[in-house]
Amino acid sequence: MISEVVMPQMGADMVEGTILAWRKQEGDAVERGEIIAEIETDKANVEIEAFESGIFRKTLAQEGDIVPVGGIIALIAAANDDVSAYATATPAAPAAAAPVPAMAAAVAPASTPAASAVAAPPRENGRLRASPVARRIADERGIDLSGLHGSGPDGRIIKRDVEAAATAPAPAAAPPAAAAPIGASKMRQAIARRMAQSKREAPHYYLTVDIDMTDAAAFRKQANTALSADQRISVNDLIVRACALALQRHPAFNVTFEGDHPVRRDAQHVCIAIALDDGLIAPALLDAGRKTLAEIAVASKDLVARAKGGLLRPDEITAGTFSTTNLGAYGIEALIGIIQPPQTAILGIGSVMPQPAVHDGAVAVRDVMKVALSADHRITDGAQGAQFLAEIKRLLEHPLLLVL
Amino acid sequence: MTSITRQDAPRGASDGPPDRTALLRTMMLIRRFEEKTAEMYARGRIKGFLHLYIGEEAVATGAIAALRPDDYIVSHYREHGHALARGVEPRRIMAELYGRATGVSGGRGGSMHLFDREKSFMGGYAIVAGHMPLACGLALAEQYKGTDRIAVTFLGDGAVNEGEFHEALNLAAVWKLPVLFIVENNLYGMGTDQSRVSAVTDIYKRAQAYGIHSEQVDGMKVVAVHDAVARLAKRARDGEGPVFLEARCFRFRGHSMSDAELYRSKEEVERWRPLDPITQLQQTLLAEGAIDAARIAALEAEVDEVSRDAAQFAEESPQPPIESLHHFVYKERADA
Amino acid sequence: MPEITYREALRQTLRYQLRHDERVFLMGEDIGAYGGSYAVTKGFLHEFGERRVKDTPIAESVVVGAGIGAAMAGLKPMVELMTINFSLLAIDQIVNNASKLYYMSNGQINVPIVIRMAGGAGSQLGAQHSQSLESWYAHVPGLKVVVPATPYDAKGLLMTAFDDENPVIFIEHTALYTSKGEVPEEAYRLPFGKAEVFREGTDVTLIGYSGSLHQAARAADQLAADGISCEVLNLRTLRPLDTDAILASVRKTNRAIVVEDDWQFGGFGAEIAAIIQERAFDDLDGPVLRCSGADVPTPYNGALEQAALPQETDIIRMVRGMV
Repeated sequence: MISEVVMPQMGADMVEGTILAWRKQEGDAVERGEIIAEIETDKANVEIEAFESGIFRKTLAQEGDIVPVGGIIALIAAANDDVSAYATATPAAPAAAAPVPAMAAAVAPASTPAASAVAAPPRENGRLRASPVARRIADERGIDLSGLHGSGPDGRIIKRDVEAAATAPAPAAAPPAAAAPIGASKMRQAIARRMAQSKREAPHYYLTVDIDMTDAAAFRKQANTALSADQRISVNDLIVRACALALQRHPAFNVTFEGDHPVRRDAQHVCIAIALDDGLIAPALLDAGRKTLAEIAVASKDLVARAKGGLLRPDEITAGTFSTTNLGAYGIEALIGIIQPPQTAILGIGSVMPQPAVHDGAVAVRDVMKVALSADHRITDGAQGAQFLAEIKRLLEHPLLLVL
Repeated sequence: MTSITRQDAPRGASDGPPDRTALLRTMMLIRRFEEKTAEMYARGRIKGFLHLYIGEEAVATGAIAALRPDDYIVSHYREHGHALARGVEPRRIMAELYGRATGVSGGRGGSMHLFDREKSFMGGYAIVAGHMPLACGLALAEQYKGTDRIAVTFLGDGAVNEGEFHEALNLAAVWKLPVLFIVENNLYGMGTDQSRVSAVTDIYKRAQAYGIHSEQVDGMKVVAVHDAVARLAKRARDGEGPVFLEARCFRFRGHSMSDAELYRSKEEVERWRPLDPITQLQQTLLAEGAIDAARIAALEAEVDEVSRDAAQFAEESPQPPIESLHHFVYKERADA
Repeated sequence: MPEITYREALRQTLRYQLRHDERVFLMGEDIGAYGGSYAVTKGFLHEFGERRVKDTPIAESVVVGAGIGAAMAGLKPMVELMTINFSLLAIDQIVNNASKLYYMSNGQINVPIVIRMAGGAGSQLGAQHSQSLESWYAHVPGLKVVVPATPYDAKGLLMTAFDDENPVIFIEHTALYTSKGEVPEEAYRLPFGKAEVFREGTDVTLIGYSGSLHQAARAADQLAADGISCEVLNLRTLRPLDTDAILASVRKTNRAIVVEDDWQFGGFGAEIAAIIQERAFDDLDGPVLRCSGADVPTPYNGALEQAALPQETDIIRMVRGMV
């Protein structure tokens, strides 16, 4: 039985010790309790004792060596134990952490105030929710707070919302809401502002490709025969899944800006553009990268329903890392999208149309879908875009890859 | 009117002369267990502070063997020996030192805060002398209820200069509380020789200043400790008021695991070796023919196995769940 | 309904408890033969005897500690500390033992003790007899802290204190013992963690407790004459704290002032202000203000002492500055 002699923890704040002197030589007999070495800590010199009896087989550190607490410094074993596995002069890693049976971390992350289930409008109880500094800046620059979309917690208007409005070329002293153009809802104003900002600030480049969706259609049809209504997979679900996987492999397209800094995000939150009565909203299907195709199907239906009912959560509105926008249902051949800030790429999706195409060396009628990638040239360039797009194409043309 | 239910006191193993082999086994168990905790602390399995009872085993063993199982024990932070002597499961003590959910205090107390209510082991405490008033209160409660259960509190020589020591002695004396104070005088309060900081070093005399019946005993002789405590406990139980025992002993290790023992010489420690309570009792029993070497070896193997098993149990035990962080801050009324 | 004093209200509860629960007994300096330094236990020794009403030596630490020990053994002791100033001598027992036993023992041993003490200033008793300190106890998890402002509060909250399975720090106010109010004759309980809307209002919320409630109420009366409507909250307990009531009021009035006798810096008002700004930030029309005791040891001289305590005029000035 090999007993590892370790640099002992002598006192709660000890980090390492120096071996001053060995009191035993390799080959000596050792009794439990006998002193085998003298070590120096930053408080004092102490003697360390053997915890087992046996033969002092090997020193693994020399006099003068500084060894971290828990490092193996010697071995006590029976004469015939094989100690060759222990290399000499390696203060090994500190004692392995205790096997920790799974602990469910139930402590809720307390960083943000409790998110409400509703995407709250900035106005509640007749009071406009705006932070003191936002109000001050709005005051100083003559900006009407009521026209602003609040990106803070619970829809609060915060400093950056006011500053973004301040840099817009729109006239500073906006007339009160009663004088606004007919049909210019708050949502329309917000879309206008953001799309203009995107085009102004992000140098877009565009790549298009045709994707043969024939196998994907068959796969989807077959899968759906076995699924319940709320689990039915749509073409868009396939695309969302393909994008999520492609984003994992090409993380340069999963980047969003935080202020002026581009940050590569770990999770893939893929936005789905949803048409509403007075405009468009593109909430994120959160964590699409970790959801199966079936889970995406369920989540996307739920997301669309809640978007139409005004019941989106703030993180669904703000946390997207990539967007998809699909006008396939309208017979559009190709949709070239505008990147949604603070994201840095968007995939526009056109209709799936039967077309003559070459397949397996012969001309056949295949279902072909045009997609367009719009990406921010500050972050990626064409070659990367091409590879990313090629990955999406590959996944959709070999749909079983979507479930592997 | 909510009234107090009185229960008859259980007859304990305390009546009659002690079983010396049982005393020996308990001391050897404490010794081996403490050595094992020292090893596990050095290996980083036990964290925080660790105060070893090595050398002092006779005090806990002799004293607690002379008490009834339901007499309250209130101890300080060098308490593993008291817990073991009281019969708290070694596995659950070790698991507590490892901070696991299976520990006596659910991993929330650690070495200095062992609690086992079922065994009337009412805690280890970290504030020097801070637990003495609690012992007075437990004794007061039993006096109030009209039982003959007593409270026993262990303290160190370092505690006798704290205000709470004096307050506790005075209150116990003036209200004739059934409490037994046992000072484990190991001559050093952490790193300070008692004689440098105490105006009267015969600690038992301090209790006499409060009119408390007070004795001194050789704390390295387990039978002597047992007999003294049996006698004093009876006085307290019979309503004669508090009692005080100074047990002079020695700890062979440092105050705690980080103590380099710069304050005393090796020679001094070696001088006390022949007085090791385990050695002394073994020699006595061997000389009398009451025990043989084979039996001693068997006891060694037994306590070694118990200690090893305790460490393994602790190692394999689960951590308390993070969700339990806020449990037991407040107790809600059962019928609220 | 009879009108009785704060002192008498406390007496009614203590008498009820001694009569109905044999586990209850009282300990304190001069509570027996002397009748209690604030006469709360006058006559009790005669009525209940030495076993139930125990005069103690001047030894706060062991008296509180013995109370804790007795509670550990299943009794329900009440310890009276003459004033909160002297409770500092027992703070080791209160904080290191009473508040932590249930937690450290993993739920095996709880401490159902009621520790009563009187705090507050205003009688020219000098710095060592005039502290408030309730925030120190409210800071400690494991304790409950009760601050009755009226006789009605005192009787009902003290009843609940005896029901509680945890250590309760029951802080009375020296200036309130003779105050009068309507109190039902029968026994009743007021829950912990539930504030009282002492006065409804719409323009500003004044939050007070114990002695400071009355300053807030008087300030509210005066402001009402000028058409300013103050809502006055009586917290009744600091731990647990009725955060919902505070937030509901602030959402209504959009302005808050905490009134406290205790020192401002690091005091309980700071905790209330922090809670309000964290959770009702968008409902505030301005920062939460605190009208507190001055950060000085309390002087003996009468005018100086008054200047060291929050006065109605201070509260009124703050309110006018806000609305």
